[in-house]
Amino acid sequence: MIDFAAPGGRASSLPLLGRDVEPTLFEMSVAGRRCFQLRTTGLPQIAIEELIPSAHLNPSTVEIAEVSERDLVAHFTRLSHRQFSVDLGMYPLGSCTMKYNPKFCDAVAALTGLNGVHPAAPASLTQGWIELLWILEQRLVAITGMAGATLQPAAGAAGELTGLLLIRAYHEARGEIRTRILIPDSAHGTNPASVTLGGYEVTTIPSNERGLVDLEVLKRSLGPDVAGIMLTNPNTVGLFEEEIQEIAKAVHDSGGLLYYDGANLNAIVGVLRPGDMGFDVVHMNLHKTFATPHGGGGPGAGPVAVSERLVPYLPGPRPAKADDGSFEWKTTTTSIGRVHGWHGNALVLARALAYITVHGDDGLRRVAQHAVLNANWLRVRLSEFLPAAYDRVCMHETTLSAAALKAKYGVRGLDIAKGLLEEGFHSPTVYFPLIVDEALMFEPTETESVQTLEALALALERIVGRAETDPESLHAAPRTTPVSRVDEARAARMLKATADAT
Amino acid sequence: MADYIPHTTAEVADMLEFLGMNSLDDLFAHIPDALKLSRGIDIPAGVSEPDAAVLFNEFAARNDAAKLLCFAGAGAYDHEVPPVVKALGSRSEFVTAYTPYQPEVAQGVLQAVFEFQTLVSRISGLPIPNASLYDAATGLVEALNMASGVKGRSKMIISAGVHPHWRQTAHTFARGTGHEIVEVPLVNGLTDWSAVDCTNAAAIVVGYPNFLGLLEDVSVARSLADANDALLIVGADPIAAGLLKTAGQWGADIFIGEGQPFGTALSYGGPYLGLFACAEELIRKLPGRIVGETVDTEGRRAYVTTLRAREQDIRREKATSNICSNQTLMAVTAAIQLGWLGTAGLREVALSCARGAHYLFEELKSIEGVVRLSDEAFFREFCVELPIAAEVAIVEMAKRGFLAGVSLAQLCGDSDLSTPGDLSRKMLIAVTEKRTKSEIDAYVSALREVVAS
Repeated sequence: MIDFAAPGGRASSLPLLGRDVEPTLFEMSVAGRRCFQLRTTGLPQIAIEELIPSAHLNPSTVEIAEVSERDLVAHFTRLSHRQFSVDLGMYPLGSCTMKYNPKFCDAVAALTGLNGVHPAAPASLTQGWIELLWILEQRLVAITGMAGATLQPAAGAAGELTGLLLIRAYHEARGEIRTRILIPDSAHGTNPASVTLGGYEVTTIPSNERGLVDLEVLKRSLGPDVAGIMLTNPNTVGLFEEEIQEIAKAVHDSGGLLYYDGANLNAIVGVLRPGDMGFDVVHMNLHKTFATPHGGGGPGAGPVAVSERLVPYLPGPRPAKADDGSFEWKTTTTSIGRVHGWHGNALVLARALAYITVHGDDGLRRVAQHAVLNANWLRVRLSEFLPAAYDRVCMHETTLSAAALKAKYGVRGLDIAKGLLEEGFHSPTVYFPLIVDEALMFEPTETESVQTLEALALALERIVGRAETDPESLHAAPRTTPVSRVDEARAARMLKATADAT
Repeated sequence: MADYIPHTTAEVADMLEFLGMNSLDDLFAHIPDALKLSRGIDIPAGVSEPDAAVLFNEFAARNDAAKLLCFAGAGAYDHEVPPVVKALGSRSEFVTAYTPYQPEVAQGVLQAVFEFQTLVSRISGLPIPNASLYDAATGLVEALNMASGVKGRSKMIISAGVHPHWRQTAHTFARGTGHEIVEVPLVNGLTDWSAVDCTNAAAIVVGYPNFLGLLEDVSVARSLADANDALLIVGADPIAAGLLKTAGQWGADIFIGEGQPFGTALSYGGPYLGLFACAEELIRKLPGRIVGETVDTEGRRAYVTTLRAREQDIRREKATSNICSNQTLMAVTAAIQLGWLGTAGLREVALSCARGAHYLFEELKSIEGVVRLSDEAFFREFCVELPIAAEVAIVEMAKRGFLAGVSLAQLCGDSDLSTPGDLSRKMLIAVTEKRTKSEIDAYVSALREVVAS
């Protein structure tokens, strides 16, 4: 029997401290206060006017803020206390894979021998870095079943656009003009946006009643003008596209390529490979599957792995091993070019390799298995009072619907999300995917214990109880957080993006 | 093999039983068997953290560049990052949060980004900042997309003084957008605007200082933008804001910049921080996220990501940018670093960089065969031509403890419009506030030795 007594991922003990407004750095400023300390350079103190022509000098001063080190620390520490994070508690945000971020990987990124390296230092002085990135490329290629990869894209969306440009380069090299990319209606919003920036038109493929791509509609949409299809598998409702082999065959038969949105790779890592499903391009969100911390919204990393036929077009430079065993940077003449100012988000890449090194093939398989186990346990545990939109085995996340609660009590998905905040949990993803009415997408990840899942289930049970007896309290939720619901319309209508705006 | 999975064997068995399953494999039973890996993936077995640490310490030990006194720049600078900034910037509440989708529990990140935006606005001299982009190269791409969206035209005029990697990135993404990019050559290190026809241009882009370190007269670019109804995009060194005119003061419509100098270590080039701000009238086309001030239901000041209707998850294929995640942690760190520097500190850093660079430049005159490429005014970086290959000089200087600079041939490729002729003997040298007079003197002695041998 499971002992449910110790839900480690519940943050309800957290006071999140007081409910007063934190002043801004600028409001804390006192003229003449300072905290910076710099080296004593011993350089001649020549007046700036003697070094730089006056036409270039700013006649006024850019004001920053003037605070003491003590106040600086207090201010940002207090701000940090007004912030939910994975380290505080469960963050079941669907499609975002908010798993525990191992501290070991941060320690790797903190090595001076890694973070103290200038990106333009020559290869002979950066052998450790180039080898590290070369190994990471090989690992990512092995994990996805591809032939080569670029580590440059700084996030998933950057990876998507890079992948689309690779597809474009491939078709162009064959002298084919293809103008359309197919995308399921359940896709992440970045997919269609990337397609447009890649110079293609979007054709939307509807999902069937099982939440999957409608194969017949897909086949009818294919043609000589279709460059490819972008799929997420498992898809954004957390279901596996079971007909993926048929989809791949149909797309390839028509001359198109298949793009794999790796946002949901955590469901299959070590168990399945996109390459074996027939995909030609895969982007990975290292900040999801490989646990690099999300940083409050970046930095991420979105490497792109490709099948053999796309390797010649990969962005350069790429890490390479020379005949003498040394490492160097190389760019092919057929490369589409750079997609990042330097080599990508290198410290994020190093963290990901640290994570992969610790896990190995068996550890990564356990990641997917337990992520899927947790999601299904939660799905079944919640089914009596908060049903899944599609009632069958899901992958690493489960999409529930609050449509019935809305119809009966006027309580929406957003109200449930806000109620969870009061209960010490982060909200699930709400209103996505768009194809599910009042969607609540939970992704527990493999790092939450069953005790935490049970605590989440009990919290949701209480919230559903409140929906019945006291719906108003949910409309007013959350009440235990540093601020209550915010006026989003006002923020947009009377935009104030800086402390200086009036 | 190690992992961070809490489940005990007994718990897994109970959970499977709850699901009516016998094994973890049953969870994947609906997937065609042909797709399943029979022998696992071809990567080494996992190891414990302390075992893995040995491997990563070895990687770190083989990066000799990390041990050198840094005189390399080219868009990545070795600035002071004090312990207080490292400590605050690595607080796990900032590090392990995600995009602030639930503002009630994300006021920490939201307010820090609001403060960051305020600082970007002041440094750029433009009123509308965003919450950051991946890096400055992405900033250029997004600025061009914005200009094309505003002007409905696709011709982009980019000075060859803009960082070569930013230009190369712009060319890559133009494959998708179809932008026609025209690069304007430099003469004596400054943009030769007479060499280009700006008719029908959507944007004119100039670096300030340009990547050779020189101070362009941005007003010429502004006049060209006015004459051709184009947007003026200025890519500026944000440290220069401590002394020099801001992009806004030069009349820029869009400011882009590399924010790495504000608290982010050299990091082998990433993660860095794309700074972006624009004029008021361009706000509806602003790429990326933006945090705005508002109130909660009790009237208290609060922050939230706003103008969301521009973004990809709402506009989908009609969005003008696909940016989702950005570089929030670096933005938060930049706000902390700027708070540490304060008004006086930013000026002191800029002044110290300028003084050190000019001192080094004067001292280098004493070395025979080391020639400065241009006599135009510079800020904190300049380019010299050496009597030997720059790559050789850099390797020799490394033996003497210095990262001497950046080889133009390595940075640009074999040729570039920024610098005519053979690039192999040309080297960019930068000085930051971390370099003392005695270090600079030692550098000069070492370089004298290297070029003479």
